[in-house]
Amino acid sequence: MIGNGAVVLSEGAPSLEPLAAATGVFAYLWLLIALPLLGAAVLLVGGRRTNRWGPYLGVLTVSLAAVFAIVLVVSLLGLPADDRAVGQTLFEWVFVGGFTVPAALQLDQLSMVFVLLITIVGALIHVYSLGYMEDDPDRRKFFGFLNLFIAAMLLLVLADNYLLLYVGWEGVGLASYLLIGFWQFKPSAAAAAKKAFIMNRVGDVGLSLAIMLIFITFGTVTFDSVFAAAGEANESTLTWIGLLLLLAACGKSAQFPLQAWLLDAMEGPTPVSALIHAATMVTAGVYLIVRSNPIYDGTAFALTTVVIIGIITMFLGAIIGSAKDDIKKSLAGSTMSQIGYMVMAAGLGPIGYVFAIFHLLTHGVFKANLFLGAGSVIHGMHGEQEMRRYGALRSVMVITWITFMCGYLAIIGIPPFSGFFSKDDIIHAAFEQNIIIGICGVLAAGITGFYMTRMVIMTFFGKPRWPDDAHPHESKPVMTIPLIILGIGSVVTGAALLYWGNIESWLEPVTGIEEKPLAIPTIVLEGITLLIVLIGVSIAIARYRREVPVLAPKGNLLTVAARNSLYDDAINEALVVKPTYVLSDGSIFVDERIIDGTVEGSARLVGGLGARLRRLQSGFARSYALLMVGGAVMVLVILYLARLP
Amino acid sequence: MTSTDPSAAEAVVFWVCAFLSVVGGIGLILSRRAVHSALWVALTMISLAVLYIANAAPFLGMVQIIVYTGAVMMLFLFVLMVVGVDSSDSLVETLRGQRVAGILLAVGFGLLLAIGLGSALNGVPVVGLDGANGEYGGNVEGLARLLFSEYVLAFEIVAGLLVVAALGALVLAHRERWQPRRTQREISQERTRGGIHPAPLPPPGVYARHNAVDTPALLPDGSVADISVPGPLRARGDLRPVDTAAVAETAALTSGEATYGPAKRPVADDPGTSPGEPS
Amino acid sequence: MSVDNYIILACVLFTLGAIGVLVRRNAIVVFMSVELMLNATNLAFVAFARMNGNLDGQVIAFFVMVVAAAEVVVGLAIIVTVYRSRRSASIDEPNLLKY
Repeated sequence: MIGNGAVVLSEGAPSLEPLAAATGVFAYLWLLIALPLLGAAVLLVGGRRTNRWGPYLGVLTVSLAAVFAIVLVVSLLGLPADDRAVGQTLFEWVFVGGFTVPAALQLDQLSMVFVLLITIVGALIHVYSLGYMEDDPDRRKFFGFLNLFIAAMLLLVLADNYLLLYVGWEGVGLASYLLIGFWQFKPSAAAAAKKAFIMNRVGDVGLSLAIMLIFITFGTVTFDSVFAAAGEANESTLTWIGLLLLLAACGKSAQFPLQAWLLDAMEGPTPVSALIHAATMVTAGVYLIVRSNPIYDGTAFALTTVVIIGIITMFLGAIIGSAKDDIKKSLAGSTMSQIGYMVMAAGLGPIGYVFAIFHLLTHGVFKANLFLGAGSVIHGMHGEQEMRRYGALRSVMVITWITFMCGYLAIIGIPPFSGFFSKDDIIHAAFEQNIIIGICGVLAAGITGFYMTRMVIMTFFGKPRWPDDAHPHESKPVMTIPLIILGIGSVVTGAALLYWGNIESWLEPVTGIEEKPLAIPTIVLEGITLLIVLIGVSIAIARYRREVPVLAPKGNLLTVAARNSLYDDAINEALVVKPTYVLSDGSIFVDERIIDGTVEGSARLVGGLGARLRRLQSGFARSYALLMVGGAVMVLVILYLARLP
Repeated sequence: MTSTDPSAAEAVVFWVCAFLSVVGGIGLILSRRAVHSALWVALTMISLAVLYIANAAPFLGMVQIIVYTGAVMMLFLFVLMVVGVDSSDSLVETLRGQRVAGILLAVGFGLLLAIGLGSALNGVPVVGLDGANGEYGGNVEGLARLLFSEYVLAFEIVAGLLVVAALGALVLAHRERWQPRRTQREISQERTRGGIHPAPLPPPGVYARHNAVDTPALLPDGSVADISVPGPLRARGDLRPVDTAAVAETAALTSGEATYGPAKRPVADDPGTSPGEPS
Repeated sequence: MSVDNYIILACVLFTLGAIGVLVRRNAIVVFMSVELMLNATNLAFVAFARMNGNLDGQVIAFFVMVVAAAEVVVGLAIIVTVYRSRRSASIDEPNLLKY
């Protein structure tokens, strides 16, 4: 049943690139998913008796998966460039009449990089969590959920059809819900979990509709068959599919207009924020768009919409990130903004797909680094998340500070840190496509420089503003070692992927690639971008070098709006929640007054009539006889009247 | 007697009998006592029997007299005796508006019926029963032919109905015996020991001038012995009053204070000569 | 004087019977009133037979008499039973037949 290494090919459907049979080490592809799934099953079903060793099992399964992923990538590199895609059918999953969907996995270049990101970063975060969640009584459950998430996320990226992808998609949504609400005794966490779950459902409706539309149009949901037939499909159909997939991506990746849940999702433990809400799950939307590139290639309108959504979210996140005083929420705004970058790049078409994924990878590493660093700070400050109560932490948390600085330099795009390469490529591609998009990208990079510098200064520089009894301290090695590894990753990932890993040609078979001539030389563009970023950095230094007030100053209109996440909750409340309340109140009114009123009113009418009519039934036989005679008289009268001419 | 058109003689018979039957019906309604009502109804039924005969239905007339007047009405009287002939109805109406509404509705009904029938029958020729009665040699033969040919099934069913009715009456009137029947010995023992009069009840008329059943016996002290009079009479109060003068006279004779001979006192009118007066 | 007079008489007697049923309270008197109504219809049947010139009306009247006899037997038995248990022949007494 499992691991039989059968070739996955939908019969009768033409395929873009036939998948090679999963032989050799690839025959064990299913282990990637099975390992963390096993861990989750043991930890969640095993109950309290696994409390003692459970967390270590969780770390072990993911680490094994990471090692196996490295083995897989090495094996994949050993294959010729055109054959680096293997498939494996696990079992026949759905068979309804002529419609069959196998539970089949597909490992190609795109999936491979995701698998690497998920397993390696996931493993590091698991290790980190050993330290971060040390004192939590529900530690075992936490690791169970984390393993469940890893399994679902791997299923999402390894699926070879939309239906199986949907399973993984819902699985990560579930894991996200469970982990945001992990401290469900906090009402805010429980509410945040529900909010994330419900807003994700909106996107999921888009995905399920898109799958249905795909099935109606192409008669299959397998990637190969769908993409092979995508070129011949009607453009308006492709546009609808593309927009629905975009809706799904918006839900999962916290893009405008479904972005409101991400900031609240920071209620979850910090490793969760790092793994799910920064590095992996929120990038699933980008994966979906890039994976569906043959569909988007056929529809310029959907692609343009993708770009617009990306740009809006990019600025939205950056503005929110600039105003929030909660370090995690500020980072969440940054995540929104960076994913906006990726979505924008994905919307550029073949020029941008590669760079969207490239930025996704580097971002996955340095944002995990930043989040874990923030987690280390929060851990050291005993749960304090308010940056206005930090300050001068660089002296007490040296390792955290240095690694955080690596992430910081990476995200603002200082060469040779990783973010420089990926972000610069996106801006480059944007300028190739359209100069306005390019300018937006550069401006957003400047704002990135501003808010990240603000965060760093408020946290690590200046004077200490923490209370006297805070006693901040550096974290344990179990937390700092993953930080160091990720810090190194933040430095080298970009260059390594670009020059050593040759990411462009690696992904080219999946995404295609396109170059356009650019009017200005690349080096000049890079210089301008760097200049803008440095201006943003300087503004931040100028503003926050002096004393930072512990209580937030009043601020101007934009600041207040940004502190309130640009009123996204209020907007959702007014646009969706209030009308729903009105609708349900109306339904209640209709139900209670009109429907119940009719029913109860008729019953009351009959009852009242009966109460009056029963007086006639006096029990006296003579009264009854009188009534009978009266009836007879009436019959006679009616007969006479009827006979009258 | 021709049956096609009523002759003058029949008209006389009709008006007399119609008058009597209506009077009987009104009497039925107005009589306080059920017995009187029954007698008025009997009058009506006999009148109707005469009218049947006048209508060329001699058999039905006879059946009317024999079955209705003879059997049914006697059964009514019999039941009245069981229930108590003495009880006279109160004519005060207890149901509000019942009497007025009942009379109005019934009269209205009768009027509507009469008007309807009268208008429907207006101008319908009267065939008469001479032909039908004569076909088989008489009214009884004609009826018999119909009953035992066309109506034989109904006839049999009605026969069954009569049997069932008799059985039903038996069942309804039957009282379930819950204890073993008392023997004569037990009855006499009970009577003797229960302090009830053990000997035969005193006959009426002891020391009395009359020996009619309504004349109570007198005890030695001259008071009335109620038990000497049948219960229904007692209940109705139909006791002949005691002639105290006669009692005193008798006592004087017994004691020898007086001798038989012409009365020393003027003979008073016997108030007891008006029987039936409540005392 | 015509045969119609018999019909009118029947109507009058029927009405009197109906009044008796509605007005009197003694069950036996009510019962006699019902008999009077039956007799009124019998008279009408006999008169109709004469008008139509066949004996079927008389046969029906005969059957009415038989059925009335059966009815009287059962009805009086019921009255006796009721009297036995309630010590009264008033038809207003058993007024349990109500709501």
